[in-house]
Amino acid sequence: MESLLPLIILLPLFGSALVGLLGFMLPSLRESESLLGGIATIFVAIPFFIVFNAYLGFHGEPIDFKLFSWMQAGNLDISFGYRLDQLSLLMAMIVNGVGALIHLYSIGYMHGDKGFYKFFAYLNLFIFAMNNLILGDNLAVVFLGWEGVGVCSYLLIGFWYEDMEKAKAAQKAFVANRIGDFALIVAMMMIFANIGSLRFTDILSSAGLEVLEPYSFWIALLVFIAATGKSAQIPLYVWLPDAMAGPTPVSALIHAATMVTSGIYLITRIHPVFLASPEVMVIVVIVAALTSIVAALIAVAQNDIKKVLAYSTVSQLGFMFMALGAGAFTTAIFHVMTHAFFKACLFLGSGSVIHAMEHMHTVEDPQDIRTMGGLRKYMPSTGTTFWISTLAIAGIPLFSGFFSKDEILSSVFFNGFENSIYFVVWVVATITAALTAFYMTRVTYLTFNGEERFPHEKHPHESPWQMTVPLWILAALAIVGGYVGIPTAVGHALHVPHVLNEKWLSVAESSHGGDHVGGHGADHSGGHGAEAAHGLITNNPEMLHAMHSNVELEYGLIIFSSLVAIGAVVLTWRFYRKHDLAGDNQVKALFGDFYTAMANKFYVDEFYNAFIIRPFVWAGEHIILWFDQNIVDGVVNGVASTTQSIGAVFRRLQTGLVQNYALVVSFGVVLILAYLLFG
Amino acid sequence: MDFLTPNVFTYLAVSIIMFAMGIIGVLTRRNAIVVFMCIELMLNAVNLSLVTFSKMHGNDTGSMLVFFVMCVAAAEAVVGLSIVIAVFRNRLNIDINNVNIFKW
Repeated sequence: MESLLPLIILLPLFGSALVGLLGFMLPSLRESESLLGGIATIFVAIPFFIVFNAYLGFHGEPIDFKLFSWMQAGNLDISFGYRLDQLSLLMAMIVNGVGALIHLYSIGYMHGDKGFYKFFAYLNLFIFAMNNLILGDNLAVVFLGWEGVGVCSYLLIGFWYEDMEKAKAAQKAFVANRIGDFALIVAMMMIFANIGSLRFTDILSSAGLEVLEPYSFWIALLVFIAATGKSAQIPLYVWLPDAMAGPTPVSALIHAATMVTSGIYLITRIHPVFLASPEVMVIVVIVAALTSIVAALIAVAQNDIKKVLAYSTVSQLGFMFMALGAGAFTTAIFHVMTHAFFKACLFLGSGSVIHAMEHMHTVEDPQDIRTMGGLRKYMPSTGTTFWISTLAIAGIPLFSGFFSKDEILSSVFFNGFENSIYFVVWVVATITAALTAFYMTRVTYLTFNGEERFPHEKHPHESPWQMTVPLWILAALAIVGGYVGIPTAVGHALHVPHVLNEKWLSVAESSHGGDHVGGHGADHSGGHGAEAAHGLITNNPEMLHAMHSNVELEYGLIIFSSLVAIGAVVLTWRFYRKHDLAGDNQVKALFGDFYTAMANKFYVDEFYNAFIIRPFVWAGEHIILWFDQNIVDGVVNGVASTTQSIGAVFRRLQTGLVQNYALVVSFGVVLILAYLLFG
Repeated sequence: MDFLTPNVFTYLAVSIIMFAMGIIGVLTRRNAIVVFMCIELMLNAVNLSLVTFSKMHGNDTGSMLVFFVMCVAAAEAVVGLSIVIAVFRNRLNIDINNVNIFKW
């Protein structure tokens, strides 16, 4: 099986080239959608099965494989090397599994689009880049994937580039991402300058971490800035809501399930550097809390179904970063996983709804929930799966979102004993969780239940099987996906293990003896470097200690957050069942003027326009233009005119008289002879 | 020194005189054919000194080189004379001062 591993990387690349070239060279093939889509889907499904197989045979020893040496110069030695350990295996399963489902879904969704082959070529290329990002064993390969997913995101957001708005959204995403990428480059340089290697095994070894210790604040901060770009946190989150201009499967795959979580993956990958700089952890948790509540407030006041989901994604990413900031790295990855399931399902469901609304040809804006309502009667599969995922994201007990969100809330809370700012963050997070339950129930109710507000000449139809099958698979995962992470307190009482931490991510703590609720954590603060190099993850030991010594409190938190979620969902349901769409007016009255600000996304785009983009454009038009015309052009033209004027003098030598030349040659020979004889 | 009995120096003296005549001709004459003949004169001056030195050292290499020079000179004469004829067809004379289209 080992020899099959390179296929994880190569197959999606090959699929991309194959589909792209077939479509490009043979226009007659563009019509055969099931062939092109099928090839692309299979070339993602096979890597998934290889990864799954590698996972089944995995015994904790990281598997390395190398394609070829990339560059060698001095002590710089970078190769296309990959490493499968617990973390990358789990991520690869999510990316390739969800990716394959979304490929299948896209065959139905993109039916009849004239860029069908291009779409699948880009989608395969994205999977290739994403696999590089999560499997790369050094930062250079990770960076290659990091940029690659950015490019694919750009291509896919602007897929319908004939619409200027969409092309602009693609540019916005690319530019916002580039700002973060720059921070990552600087962080990579700092790491390389200090330890002379970019391999994770060198960075995370005890020796490497010791050398990096004095710089860990800056490295951690720069990596976090990079993550704010890719994973849409304040201040760089603005691109993600606009990214919904792309086709809906793209929003599901790239802007909900996989690419936007790469920042969380990267931070988890080098988490010992973060544990070494508590200041950055506080910055992370504060930024995350702000992002999640701001995005949740904006989501409350949106009427575009995809916009709601987009802001919800930003908000949920905020939750993941809160977990990172609390030092609960495995919890962040847990939420990445459950979020991938339910958010992909939600986006695909919204795509199914938009698809149905578009095919009626009677609604002006197929994404506006005000012209939907009662759709579940016509689209039972979409409606049911959408509701399941809504309950999951809202954190209703026994659905997957509950387990991961609860774990995040309690990790944040138990950090509060060390630093009371975490208590504030916990309060914000709880409010955000209630808001999440509110706006998700609202959008789902207004879409699938209540009064039918669309024109009734035609009625919507359920989508084809290529679209509903992935919905059902993802909905099933959204229900059961959480059981790998049963809260440790409950699990201990019931003798059920926390599978994610103990078996999949093999948290360093659990590798030291079986007793989980014993406060082992504090012993390991010193030696986590070597374990991280081995692919293990260490959560913040102080937090674990606090968590394990307050089991009753943990029970209390679980019950409290369940009550908040259930209460919010039930109240919202009853509220909208009574008032239907008119309920929004009451919400509006409740928030007052603040609601206008929420509906207008807190004017962040306008702010950026006025204070960053316009000054840039002004500087471009005045200063840079002057510099270009005078300095840059001046140098180029100066070289040319100097050459010309020198030539004007020396051209006189070229008399055209052969005998002049002969005379000069003779003199030259005489001089050389004189030098040789007498010199 | 005895110039009447032929020895190395007399041969070399003849060679030098021929070479100098060649150079002066090349540098001063306007007629392309004459310039051409002067170049041949220089070549033969060199040939003469080659033979002289070959004889003096008892080494045949120099004499053999003369044959190569003659071959090359013959080839050069073919090419050179064709150029002269081509120039004549265009300009109706062969004054090399008229052939100056590469002038600045």
